[in-house]
Amino acid sequence: MFDLDLWKEIIEALKKNRMRSFMTAFGVFWGIFMLIVMSGAGRALENGIMDGIKAFATNSAFFWTERTSMPYEGFKRGRSWNYKNDDIQYLKANLNDVEYLSPRLFGPNSYGGDNTIRGNNTGAFNIYGDYPDYFKIDPWVPLKGRLLNEIDIMQDRKVCVIGERVAEVMFPEGEEPIGEYLKINGVYFQVVGVVDPQTRINIGGGQKNEAIMIPFSTMQRTYNMGDVVHFFSVTSKPGVPVSKLEERLKELLKARHHIAPEDMQAIGSFNIEVEWKKFNGLFTGIQMLTWIVGIGTLLAGVIGVSNIMMVIIRERTQEIGIQRAIGATPSNVIMHIVAESVFLTVLAGYFGLALGVGLLEALNVVLESAGDEMFFRRPEISFRMAIAALSVLVFSGIFAGMIPARRAVKIKPIDAIREEK
Amino acid sequence: MIHLNNVHKSYGTGNNSLHVLKGIDLNIPKGAFVSIMGSSGSGKSTLLNILGILDNYDEGSYYLDGTLVKDMSEKHAAKLRNEMLGFVFQSFNLISFKNAMENVALPLYYQGVNRKKRNKIALEYLDKMGLLPWATHMPNELSGGQKQRVAIARSLISQPKVIVADEPTGALDTATSYEVMEILKEINGDGITVIIVTHEHDIAAMTHQIIRLKDGIISEIIQNGELKEWKQQYTKARVTA
Repeated sequence: MFDLDLWKEIIEALKKNRMRSFMTAFGVFWGIFMLIVMSGAGRALENGIMDGIKAFATNSAFFWTERTSMPYEGFKRGRSWNYKNDDIQYLKANLNDVEYLSPRLFGPNSYGGDNTIRGNNTGAFNIYGDYPDYFKIDPWVPLKGRLLNEIDIMQDRKVCVIGERVAEVMFPEGEEPIGEYLKINGVYFQVVGVVDPQTRINIGGGQKNEAIMIPFSTMQRTYNMGDVVHFFSVTSKPGVPVSKLEERLKELLKARHHIAPEDMQAIGSFNIEVEWKKFNGLFTGIQMLTWIVGIGTLLAGVIGVSNIMMVIIRERTQEIGIQRAIGATPSNVIMHIVAESVFLTVLAGYFGLALGVGLLEALNVVLESAGDEMFFRRPEISFRMAIAALSVLVFSGIFAGMIPARRAVKIKPIDAIREEK
Repeated sequence: MIHLNNVHKSYGTGNNSLHVLKGIDLNIPKGAFVSIMGSSGSGKSTLLNILGILDNYDEGSYYLDGTLVKDMSEKHAAKLRNEMLGFVFQSFNLISFKNAMENVALPLYYQGVNRKKRNKIALEYLDKMGLLPWATHMPNELSGGQKQRVAIARSLISQPKVIVADEPTGALDTATSYEVMEILKEINGDGITVIIVTHEHDIAAMTHQIIRLKDGIISEIIQNGELKEWKQQYTKARVTA
């Protein structure tokens, strides 16, 4: 039931003490504003990072070699070693839990001067030798042309796929790169695709769109690398934790390369599953922290409201006494005070909510125009979050009003009427 | 209408307890016009508050129109006050941010009467008090007499059986006091029981019955017929004193 008189009185009372009402409301406003902004910011960080890695196979791990840290089977410590083609064959044949296993080579002069030439254009790019399976672990899509395939490997074709940035630098605008040749470290490769990464997880440093990928076999032969493998990526079959596979794989490799089983340094590895869990934990933590701080700030605001309601009912003791003398029941009185408190809280909270969402929206527009490379994306709060915040407000409004209201009706009507101002 | 039987009331607890009413037996019939007098501390206001269900009592019994008023829930008491009783206070006790009409209409609000209807009734009552032109004035724009008439209109709007007035003329000059008493007389003429607390003899003399309290007990009840005689005695006593 909409009770016009009740609302009239509430508005009247709040208007009479504009400054006080405003200051009180500000506490609640600030609480909910902080909650929304922090939560939105937390979500934006999560979006930014998760967008960058979500396309990546989360069941993947990566391996490279380091110097040994222990003497073993006649070898001294500090020995450098490499994976070999045989290792890859062996692992593929002996590990059932492997879904994809893709070796990689890092091309020469990746970090040196310009290594790629075409006519007058030169550039320094990261050159990788890859298997087609690599694109299943770290997805790329061809913008033009195609990705590398098995036939490229089998025939040791001198072909390459290039990142967008490479195409920009090496080809004048409007020219079609597909079918053209690039001289990479003195050898000509035909461009068969311009490719775009789907994730921002970056292996081997440098910008991902500055990569040139050529067939693994071609790189080994062309640049005299023998049967060396620098690096490989592995994904586990569905249902198998990649951490388990990682352990087993290291055991096998150590056995094949005369490395002490307890040598923790010789094989470098990176496990996305573990990182993924860390991120998830991190974001859960951020959201929790947001709620703790937000609710804390809100609570301070609510206590402020309760306090002010206490002052208000003290001021109105006599008035309440008169009302009770002419027939107001305790529930009338409680209702009135609680309604006033809820009104103040919800009104303030609503402004906080609106302004918080507005700020996030504005931030979103700015971020959107800033482009793709931000680690801070789509600050937003879910509808559920907004509803939760509003219920917290209503609940805390009731709470803030209840204590003073109970006190107001505890006084005998005659004592209330006689109350000296 | 009102029946008190051996009513006791103390304030405070333990050793500091102050025994204010020490056994009041009182019968006020329907339609009576009664004033309660007594020196300060005699318990007259306390008695009135008990009659008005604004305060409770410790011992004895109080029947209001056949209903025992004792250990009543505040909700029930509020209902009874609203339906049976009308209050007039010395300091008027109007709600400062409501205009005259809204003040008068307030008891009907607690009865759940809708706004239009209760404002209409309120205007009728204001008209009876001759205050129709002031209906939209705020209390601070009214004179003392006008305020008290608004308060009386408010006490009447719920058509109570008893009007309880605590020093209704205490804050008014003589002329206005008499006006207010005239109004109360008229109300009484309509069959409503009127009980006032006063310490002014001329005011008390306008009622039909005077109940004198002394140290928490009823010292004498003076009927209107005896009033003249009593008044002479009183004046004589005062002159000789």
